[in-house]
Amino acid sequence: MILALLIAGTANAGDAPRVDAQALERFVLQDCGSCHGLTLKGGLGPDIRPQSLEHYDRETLSSVVLDGIPGTAMPPWRPLLSRAEADWIATYLLTGDTE
Amino acid sequence: MKRLFLAAALVLSGPAMAQPTGDLGLVVERASGSLLVVDQSERARIGRIEGLGDLSHASLVYSPDQRFAYVFGRDGGLTKVDILERSIVNRVIQGGNSIGGAISDDGGLVAVSNYEPGGVRIFDADTLEMVADIPTGSKTIGLVDIPGRRFVFTLWDAGETWIADMSGDEPAITKITGMGENPYDALVTGDGRTYITGLFGADHLTALDLWQDDPKPQPILDGYAAGREGLPVYKMPHLEGWALAGNEFVLPAVGQREVLWVDARDLTETGRTATHGQPVFAIARPDGRQVWVNFAHPDNDTIQVIDTMSKEVVHEFKPGPGVLHMEFTPRGHEVWLSVRDAGKVIVYDTRTFEKLREIDAESPSGIFFTARAHRTGL
Ligand code: HEC
Repeated sequence: MILALLIAGTANAGDAPRVDAQALERFVLQDCGSCHGLTLKGGLGPDIRPQSLEHYDRETLSSVVLDGIPGTAMPPWRPLLSRAEADWIATYLLTGDTE
Repeated sequence: MKRLFLAAALVLSGPAMAQPTGDLGLVVERASGSLLVVDQSERARIGRIEGLGDLSHASLVYSPDQRFAYVFGRDGGLTKVDILERSIVNRVIQGGNSIGGAISDDGGLVAVSNYEPGGVRIFDADTLEMVADIPTGSKTIGLVDIPGRRFVFTLWDAGETWIADMSGDEPAITKITGMGENPYDALVTGDGRTYITGLFGADHLTALDLWQDDPKPQPILDGYAAGREGLPVYKMPHLEGWALAGNEFVLPAVGQREVLWVDARDLTETGRTATHGQPVFAIARPDGRQVWVNFAHPDNDTIQVIDTMSKEVVHEFKPGPGVLHMEFTPRGHEVWLSVRDAGKVIVYDTRTFEKLREIDAESPSGIFFTARAHRTGL
């Protein structure tokens, strides 16, 4: 369902890939939240609120999301997310008010 | 005569406690931090309890009299609620980040396991005063109760299982090392004898025979994914709603689209069933004849029903987006599913698969019927 939404979000976007921000925010809170906590303050995976990710730039963070962290429980999301969507998530994680 | 009857009616209808709780239940509304009180026979919501904080992944256990529930929230909150009064009786913030809990066989102690700081804390069930603090230095998962006022739990980082015996004045801890890499959840059988942990970091599960004085880790289903590429795991499977179907367990595989069948006595593999997606819960109907399976993202709109005798999928349907949890009525004639993104709890007949009722709920996740009060390990 979410996947379908996301694909629909990028497919219509032409050259400048647009993403469905609302669906992505929900996705981050619910699906990343299943390991990182619904408020992203940590669970099986660590705290990923902005203050905990200060050492990341946007591009690196986006790659962590796409490739995961091999050898750990952090999965690669490339099969489910486009680069544009991962970039949006990286920006959201670095700046977003996720409380 | 009439007067006598009236007087009796007054006495009976007076206190709210006169309502029985045996067929009631609670549904966790995870986003709004509330619980719906539901009536399983009426297939209806009959009340709501609010103000419980962050309830993502919240679970709960019941007091032996089925009147109170102890709710374990992700914000570290331990809340005791009164189902009859629909109110919060007591609430403590017991840790930073809790993951689950259990109640002792005598109903006297409630234990909570925490990720951060890692460990288990044990509380008096009446007052919620802390009676024991057991730091483990590790994220702690798979907490269950076993007979004899004991609790069992497992360390994600260290791969150890600990047994805390609370029958004396001080907790007596037994540590079992070598359970395997990154245990993510565990189950105990209804007799309190067999404890099984699923491993994220290894290609097997590990069992313990808790009836032994000195339980030894026993790898089971060794190499179940050998030679096959593991799929990315987007949601850790749950073992807690374990399935004992006849003489076999059914367990969700990690990183594979299948469930695994294991002989309950000698713990050898007896079969596999390919499934629609990566299983999250595989739960047997109470009579053991069927196993219902739900799946991780992006397949979490689907349910498959497996027949225990043939081990084949006999029914598949899509209740809606985000099927998070299933709970059978105690004798299994109906099942309640929470469909998070549709904002509904849906009730089905388990024989005809007919939809019987939709009940509105806000981001529903766990569903817990009070019959759990009388089952070890739930
Ligand atoms: C199945 C569980 C799981 C899911 C789902 C998950 N993560 Fe993770 N994540 C982890 C674990 C475990 C780690 C820590 C890995 C390690 O040991 O370094 C982690 C680490 C991370 C880190 C690195 C944090 C740091 O401080 O370096 C980021 C960023 C992250 N996850 C983002 C996400 C995002 C975004 C999503 C959703 C698209 C997500 N995660 C979904 C388990 C998960």
